[in-house]
Amino acid sequence: MFSKNIQQKIAFHIFRLLSFSILGVLVWILGFIIYNGIQVINWEFITAFPKEGMTEGGIFPAIIGTIYLVIGSMMFAVPLGIMSAIYISEYASNQKWVKFIRIMTNNLASIPSIVFGLFGMALFVHTFGFGDSILAGSLTLGILIIPLVIRTTEEALKAVPESYRLGSIALGATKFQTIKNVVFPIAFPNIMTGIILSVGRVSGETAPILFTVAAYFLPKLPQSIFDQAMALPYHLYVIATSGTDIEASKPIAYGTAFVLISIVLIINLLAGWIRRYFEKQNPK
Amino acid sequence: MKILERLLEGMFKMSSAITSIVILLIIIFLFKEGFGLFRSPVVEKGYGLYINSKNPVTDLNPTQIKQIFDGEIENWNEIGGKDESIYLLRFDEIFSIYSDEELGENYQFLPQKLNNIISENSNIIAFFPKKFMPEISSPTKEIANKNIGIPDFIYGKEWLPTTTPSPLFGIIPLVLGTLLVSFLAILIALPFGLGVAIYLSEIANNKVRGMIRPAIELLAGIPSVVYGFFGLVIIVPIVQKMGNISAGETAFTGSLILAIMALPTIISISEDALRNTPLALRESSYALGATQWQTIYKVVIPFASSGISAAIILGIGRAIGETMAVLMVTGNGAVIPHSIFESVRTIPATIAAELGEAPMGGTHYQALFLLGCVLFLFTLVLSIISEIISNKQTSKSA
Amino acid sequence: MMIEAKNINFYYGNFHALKGINIAIPANTVTALIGPSGCGKSTFLRLFNRMNDTIENAKLTGECLVNGQNIYDKTVQVDALRKNVGMVFQKPNPFPKSIYENVAYGLKVNGVSDKKYIAERVEQSLVAAALWDEVKDKLHQSAFALSGGQQQRLCIARALAISPSVLLMDEPASALDPISTSKIEELIHGLKEKYTIVIVTHNMQQAARVSDKTGFFMYGELIEYSDTKKMFLNPENIQTQNYITGRFG
Repeated sequence: MFSKNIQQKIAFHIFRLLSFSILGVLVWILGFIIYNGIQVINWEFITAFPKEGMTEGGIFPAIIGTIYLVIGSMMFAVPLGIMSAIYISEYASNQKWVKFIRIMTNNLASIPSIVFGLFGMALFVHTFGFGDSILAGSLTLGILIIPLVIRTTEEALKAVPESYRLGSIALGATKFQTIKNVVFPIAFPNIMTGIILSVGRVSGETAPILFTVAAYFLPKLPQSIFDQAMALPYHLYVIATSGTDIEASKPIAYGTAFVLISIVLIINLLAGWIRRYFEKQNPK
Repeated sequence: MKILERLLEGMFKMSSAITSIVILLIIIFLFKEGFGLFRSPVVEKGYGLYINSKNPVTDLNPTQIKQIFDGEIENWNEIGGKDESIYLLRFDEIFSIYSDEELGENYQFLPQKLNNIISENSNIIAFFPKKFMPEISSPTKEIANKNIGIPDFIYGKEWLPTTTPSPLFGIIPLVLGTLLVSFLAILIALPFGLGVAIYLSEIANNKVRGMIRPAIELLAGIPSVVYGFFGLVIIVPIVQKMGNISAGETAFTGSLILAIMALPTIISISEDALRNTPLALRESSYALGATQWQTIYKVVIPFASSGISAAIILGIGRAIGETMAVLMVTGNGAVIPHSIFESVRTIPATIAAELGEAPMGGTHYQALFLLGCVLFLFTLVLSIISEIISNKQTSKSA
Repeated sequence: MMIEAKNINFYYGNFHALKGINIAIPANTVTALIGPSGCGKSTFLRLFNRMNDTIENAKLTGECLVNGQNIYDKTVQVDALRKNVGMVFQKPNPFPKSIYENVAYGLKVNGVSDKKYIAERVEQSLVAAALWDEVKDKLHQSAFALSGGQQQRLCIARALAISPSVLLMDEPASALDPISTSKIEELIHGLKEKYTIVIVTHNMQQAARVSDKTGFFMYGELIEYSDTKKMFLNPENIQTQNYITGRFG
């Protein structure tokens, strides 16, 4: 047996090794995609339609589709999520109800994304008769993202010191005035961070849009919210697994993965930056 | 003013119910479609299986029907009948027995010819559209076309959703595939994730922590389809070469990718749990002459154990529900796996791969929704368990 | 002298927490350290089993001697030191283990594997901590099932099990009710035959009741150190007098 000090040294070295290999894994994945993707990326790739059975040309319609879906889902999820969080954190006096809502929110967050896809198909595509459309896809993605919006908003509201609320109420402000003029502005940067993270999540989700909106190939851009759309993650999936010529479309796949990864990176940086910027603005 | 405030409060309150309403709707729609399966007949709608009325067999389960049509069951005595070989007559074969004239211009003589064949062959089983058998009387009888049963689903060992005349919706290979891939993934990710969590919460200085934390957040942010792509292009060939197997799309490959994807969940939740161990407990362990490592594994880890279990369960839940990455790297063979180097198919991958081709409202469509229900229940139960466990943790810390 | 401090200065970053402390504590005595909150008495106590080592940006000058050896010398193994200098904390903090395992913990982490010996030490320590009669029938129940006072005596037993020669106590009774407090005080009295005890306390009556010697800290300085009786009846320093008579702090 080793002495306890040597045991400690060995154990700590192992943990350090494990932790740095996480960095290694990240560098491996990012490096692989960035290295291969950057060779494909150019102005045409971003702005052109796919050509030759998606073995050439660009991914413009997929980018546009993803932007539509992000906007659509946020228009649905952000107001609902924020109002819900305001109620839970500022109004609710019935602790049982709060607890119930919290459990439901956690449960909703744990439901696999493919189940949202099934649900969106049954409810929006068939029952409401929207068909495969941007509307159906946005609503499905919106529902998926609501728990994240609620949770981050709730945390942001909770971080606002109670003394601000008391101070405002002591000046005769009503509850809603206090929330609108004091609590919400202070919590805003953190709420923003949550929303940005949600955008990242929405733009990468594939399973929920498989059967609600995503199209394999469209010759023109969607004209209304009742049209189908292409989307980046679905595009990557189809050209990587079931394109007309998988080997020939590999560069396109690398490029698409690169764009997806860039979105994630930008969003993470942006979220971190907003957090730091506002922390500097009003230090607690 | 007062009224406006009330109105707003009411609106907020209504929004707060949104998640509950969605869950309710998910349950309603998933289960409505899914349970439709058990109201659908075993044999395709509009078709029937007909036998000679002297044949003692009255009903057949979906597996037996499939085996008869595959030629795996060749004698009636294997399924409770007399000792005679089975004569299988498919719809299209009638045209090679009788000429078009014999059957009539509008096939008006077909029912009668069919009755003739059935009466002449006591060992026959004929698969025909119902419209050609307007009345069923001696010497013909129809195999009772029962509805698909819950046991066919739960205990079924085969998932063959498109075979005729009776598709098989046995969930066992899919459940086993899902569990195999998920548990293997957690088995790989757990020592790794726990080690990193310990390092971050107990050992690393702020600088190192400030480097590794964002890396973990980035890992969590990478879309699953990108993981799938990475797995397909990088990991699959590696596994193929190392395992010396014909195809690298295996359960093991899926587990590797899932392990990477589960790491951020496992690390961040167990790190929180470790961090929650009160300083006083650590200090009293040091004060008794324990080294830091002894303190970690004898005091900190036991104290955080429930938080760590919650992390594991949540990780399993994530892994079970993951769709795209698994779909892209596991090969999707819907058979009961015998080794980790075989292709498997998980429940979510099945839904994603097949729903596009399943006609709406058909049995296949319903079966896929039923898979969705199973998935929903799996993850719901896991989420509730982890909630209970982590509540226990919080009350201990308080 | 069992414990000696020679010209100790201690800094948290820029904050000068202890200023030029000199003290000599004889063996088998109880010494109380008193003074207002933030005066440095706990920081000082924690120096003697190097509990402050983990604090970032902390700096120490001067010498801390236990049994004549400088415990901050490079050759000193910190875990061996802590085995010799036990510590009891403010709040009872048993490990989430059984009563028995709590007491056995210190032996086990220090490499003792003889089960019979461990069992003996557990019993002796619990007896010494005046807890044995109350827990002997439920040694394998969770330590959390005990009352606060019992938990604190368990923590004392835990510290005694590894046979230290010095016992540091950081406000050991401040979280307890009066009855439990008096039991702990009685216990401290009995323990000084075998151990050298240093106790930090907020409670001056407690200091007067349990200690032989008392040190008075203020703003990081040791203002006065003398026999307890003398300190409370006839303090030399005006600040000590003010504190004891309750003018500030």
